[in-house]
Amino acid sequence: MAGVRERSLAWLHRRPQAQAWSLLGPGTFWLVMFFAIPIIIMLVYSFMVRGIYGGVEPGFTIEHYKRFFDPLYLRILFRTFWISVVCTAICLLAGYPVAYVIARAGRWKNLLLFLVVLPFWTSFLVRTYAMIFMLRDSGLINAWLLKLGLIQNPITMLYTPGAVMAGLVYGFLPFMILPIYASLEKLDLSLLEAAEVLGAKPAARFWKVTLPLSMPGVVAGCLLVLIPCLGSFLTPDLLGGAKQVMIGNLVQNQFSSARNWPFGSAASFILMAAVLVAVLIYLRIKDRSPLEEK
Amino acid sequence: MTAPERTAPEPVVRFSRVTKSFGDIKAVNDISFDIRKGEFFSILGPSGCGKTTTLRLLAGFEEPDSDGGQVRLLGEVVNNKRPYERNISMVFQNYALFPHLTVEKNIAFGLERRKTPRQEIGPRVRKAMEMVRLDPAIFAKRQPAQLSGGQRQRVALARALVLQPPILLLDEPLGAIDLKLRKEMQIELKALNKQLGITFIYVTHDQEEALTMSDRIAVMSNARIAQLGSPAEIYENPRTAFVAKFIGESNFFSGIAKRNTGNGWDVESKTGTGFRIPANPGVREGSEVQIAVRPEWMDLVRPNEVPANENSANGKVREVFYLGEMMHIVVTLDEGTDVTVAMRNEGQLIKPLAWKSGDAAAVAWLPEDCQILESE
Repeated sequence: MAGVRERSLAWLHRRPQAQAWSLLGPGTFWLVMFFAIPIIIMLVYSFMVRGIYGGVEPGFTIEHYKRFFDPLYLRILFRTFWISVVCTAICLLAGYPVAYVIARAGRWKNLLLFLVVLPFWTSFLVRTYAMIFMLRDSGLINAWLLKLGLIQNPITMLYTPGAVMAGLVYGFLPFMILPIYASLEKLDLSLLEAAEVLGAKPAARFWKVTLPLSMPGVVAGCLLVLIPCLGSFLTPDLLGGAKQVMIGNLVQNQFSSARNWPFGSAASFILMAAVLVAVLIYLRIKDRSPLEEK
Repeated sequence: MTAPERTAPEPVVRFSRVTKSFGDIKAVNDISFDIRKGEFFSILGPSGCGKTTTLRLLAGFEEPDSDGGQVRLLGEVVNNKRPYERNISMVFQNYALFPHLTVEKNIAFGLERRKTPRQEIGPRVRKAMEMVRLDPAIFAKRQPAQLSGGQRQRVALARALVLQPPILLLDEPLGAIDLKLRKEMQIELKALNKQLGITFIYVTHDQEEALTMSDRIAVMSNARIAQLGSPAEIYENPRTAFVAKFIGESNFFSGIAKRNTGNGWDVESKTGTGFRIPANPGVREGSEVQIAVRPEWMDLVRPNEVPANENSANGKVREVFYLGEMMHIVVTLDEGTDVTVAMRNEGQLIKPLAWKSGDAAAVAWLPEDCQILESE
């Protein structure tokens, strides 16, 4: 047994090409099998004719793409973008200070990081249901407020845009905190001292040194929040109800109850294209910013 | 520690009985000194001696203990002032250049923070770059990552000098560059100090660097100043064994003062051999005496050829070291200790040294070359 192992290792050792492929192999297999192939299938479906009972029938049409440019769907796309951008902004504003404190927390660092990732130990679905229990008319928050006499009647919180936003921010906040933390943690503190000796007060130190040097983390965090946010459907479905539809819900709907697979596929591809364009614009802006620093 | 000596003009820096503790450890313990205007002042010591803390107290990154004395800059008590409220500049050990800014933006950083009018910034940045011999046409738009260590060093220096500060702090700025460049930069720093009239306060652990550049040196050890003086005073008249050992090399002898000869003392060592030392107010009959003798002030002679009136000790040559401009000969004395004698290398190929390992020899030195040390 050991002989086989040693011989195959020796064989690999002599062939750097084979070595690289054996390292790339498993991951590549997964991505091709479960990402590339399905996406190609979806692309093909999006140009096919809708089957009466779901599925697709042969043919070629661009009607599904045309159909998306109905104001009804464009409004959903626009709202999805708007919600995602606001959610990303809130995550950034709330997450940056947290990351900053953790990066400076010395021996508490690991504990605090652990607390940030702790929610991942529970399923996202369960956590979203927990939010329903908190937010609904007979939920914990209303119960407390009533008991304290602050309100006379329950406040409607569930199935509002606010509930969707709260759920999205809650779900994605760690994805903002972790990359920003990573870039702040690497920040050389002597740069801040140098800035201070050169006359920079605390605010100037932040805007001129800390923030520009943590931009890689900010960019990574924003992408990690924005992109999944654009495609989210669980949170708007559970916390937003029928009125707060995002494009993710639309796609899900077309594949399930509406049974219009080609249109669902087309909507997915339009979302994907929109995300790609948005990210490219975003990266362009970000790449320019350090050079044109005022 | 003695009170600061009186100097006619107000010193630019005055430490009065400054103490700084981190927890139970005193990093700087009750130190006092003055730094004069325009002086090249070095703070020299091994790592952990408190020199960096002293510099950080000056810069404002650390505050003295609440009952820890006073730090004065330009006549003003600055104990609790933040660095940006002090009129100082600093060059950091690792340069601390802003990696996201170009060379010119790095240099302009301090001017922008101090609200210098826009039209002044460009010319001043250019002048500062020329001062440190960086061609603005080539380097202004580069990123720090595109520079060599020596070039980064120059940018850091320009960034500090462009503010025309009365005081420039330098924290081991030459530690990371190679020897040849270091020597060049030493000469340039010294020239800038004289030419600009800026007071340079230079922290280093490199004794040779401190001797080369400084007007005065404060040697620190265990959170205190072991000795403060000109390079010649420190080298030729070290106060303690620590200073004698840390700066240059020294041979040590000790014994008991036995007899006053009128212009000195006869000292008898534990092993019975004796030596003579010059008169010294600290020496009484029967007091313990420790002396240091620099290797280059000793001669190596045949045991029977010791000149009259010189101190000597007999031994055997153990090893001969070829150092280039000097030859070092290590002699094991009969009493068991090693001493080093240094002599000029007059060319081993032409005139080989007569000494070799195993030869019987005597080390000889003049009584006035004995540096009498205080006990620490």
